[in-house]
Amino acid sequence: MSAFLSIAGVSKRFRGLVAVDRVSCEVTKGEIFAVIGPNGAGKTTLFNMIAGALKPDEGEIAFGSERIDGLRPDEVCRRGIARTFQIVRPFPALTVEDNVMVGALLRTSDATRARETAHEVLRRLDLFDKRQREAKSLTLPDRKRLEVARALATSPQLLLLDEVMAGLRPTETDRMVAILRELNAQGLTILLIEHVMRAVMALANRVLVLHHGAQIALGTPAEVTREPAVIESYLGAEAI
Amino acid sequence: MTLAGLPRRGIALLALLLAALVAAPYLVNDYLLTVLIIILYFAYAGQAWNIMMGFAGQLSLGHAIYVGLGAYTAAALYVHFGIGPWIGLLVAVPVAMACGAIIGFLAFRFGVAGVYFAILTIAFAEFARIGFDHIGYTGGSAGFFLPVAQYTQNDLWNLRGKPIMFYYVMLAFTAAAFLLCQYLLRSRMGYFWLAIREDEEAARALGIDTFRYKMFAVVISAGMTAVAGVFFAFYYNNLFPEQVFHISRSIELILAPIIGGIGTLFGPILGAFVLTGLSEVVTELMHAFGFDWPGAKQVFYGVCLLIVVVALPDGIWPWLARRLRLERS
Repeated sequence: MSAFLSIAGVSKRFRGLVAVDRVSCEVTKGEIFAVIGPNGAGKTTLFNMIAGALKPDEGEIAFGSERIDGLRPDEVCRRGIARTFQIVRPFPALTVEDNVMVGALLRTSDATRARETAHEVLRRLDLFDKRQREAKSLTLPDRKRLEVARALATSPQLLLLDEVMAGLRPTETDRMVAILRELNAQGLTILLIEHVMRAVMALANRVLVLHHGAQIALGTPAEVTREPAVIESYLGAEAI
Repeated sequence: MTLAGLPRRGIALLALLLAALVAAPYLVNDYLLTVLIIILYFAYAGQAWNIMMGFAGQLSLGHAIYVGLGAYTAAALYVHFGIGPWIGLLVAVPVAMACGAIIGFLAFRFGVAGVYFAILTIAFAEFARIGFDHIGYTGGSAGFFLPVAQYTQNDLWNLRGKPIMFYYVMLAFTAAAFLLCQYLLRSRMGYFWLAIREDEEAARALGIDTFRYKMFAVVISAGMTAVAGVFFAFYYNNLFPEQVFHISRSIELILAPIIGGIGTLFGPILGAFVLTGLSEVVTELMHAFGFDWPGAKQVFYGVCLLIVVVALPDGIWPWLARRLRLERS
């Protein structure tokens, strides 16, 4: 098992607040890796540092053999890491198809080929029939799917998902879980931040638990949910 | 918007419009011909501005600077060195592009965006206006004049001649600009521009180097606008910094695409026809009824803008296209 994405002693402070405190972990190629934790635990900050939206104050992030901390978001994406946004950010006035084409055009300058890629991705995410709709007319679950579709169209090796299940109904969550499983089975490595434990338990090979910016557990879903520290800080309220 | 190609009906309509424009000089009188020249001028310049605002979402309120630089560069080459406008274009366009690159670099590198970017573009146009007032080489505030004579023959190479020649030259520019914008919009760069316009951060997350593509938008738009400037110099034969670089010139230039439909290919053309056409009608009517109110044209522009902004905030073209079923709804 080779280190695919390695995070070594990464910290980020906002003024006095330590949002992420010396977090280290390695994501292996082909796995689904989840980051969980209560609100304000630093999940999104960690996520943003991997995606290039924030620069860590300390530590290193490497993708393959290359350091990527401090690169711009577009540079990170070109190296094969695509992300979604927790609060979805579609291109509202563009059609669903054009939204996804923008992603596909990263890897080809030929619009016809990019459209083919877009169609393929849209079929996978059950959006093909809505491809001519303007993105702003979509419902939230569809927008969430569009967010994933657009990221996928950039042909990433690693997909970063920031709470794509939030706001979905259970049946929609199950569908999304099935889609992500299928993508993973085809070789895509996925790192996801998630609140919906149902999805985490169903998907993740390994889970990193953050609390107040520090990592308190790392292991399989079954292992971390047995950890007293995790139950106390995170699952406790939910379990009762 | 207009990412997909036009349906067959749209192409037929376009062919019809082009045929009408080609035949126009033989059907209208001299006065109407000059009106048509002005319409095409605004359609062309509006198309150029639209690349920045309509495609890439960067609001420039100082496009007069590119018109002015193009006009003064070509005029200076002609007056001082006897170099004709077509060769002049080869100098004027890069000059304007360089200016656009400077403004773009300063703004985009240092995160000047939105309203602040618009103010920066105004500031540069104002610098140019005041600067050219003091450049004796191009006449300063007293104006810069191209030699004028009564022409019996059209000299296309030196752009000296009758209105009909200017009309066809401007028509060719307008058609070329339309085709170029059509091509750009359907290219990878076009998609990236639209993505930047819609949500710059999301665009960046998809691997788009937004700085680079915004620079392309400014530079291409500036270069195209300079062509309008060269035409302006040779058509009007006189240049005054107070007029050429004035902010009202910049505003005048953006009205056609706003009224016709920002970000659409037909918007600038339609807007130019509606705006200039109606304003000429108003002027004529006032003349006929013996009114002489200075500024009436500006008031008319204002009213047009108000009506469109309130009733058709996307502009006339998207509404018309839906009516004529030329675009998917």
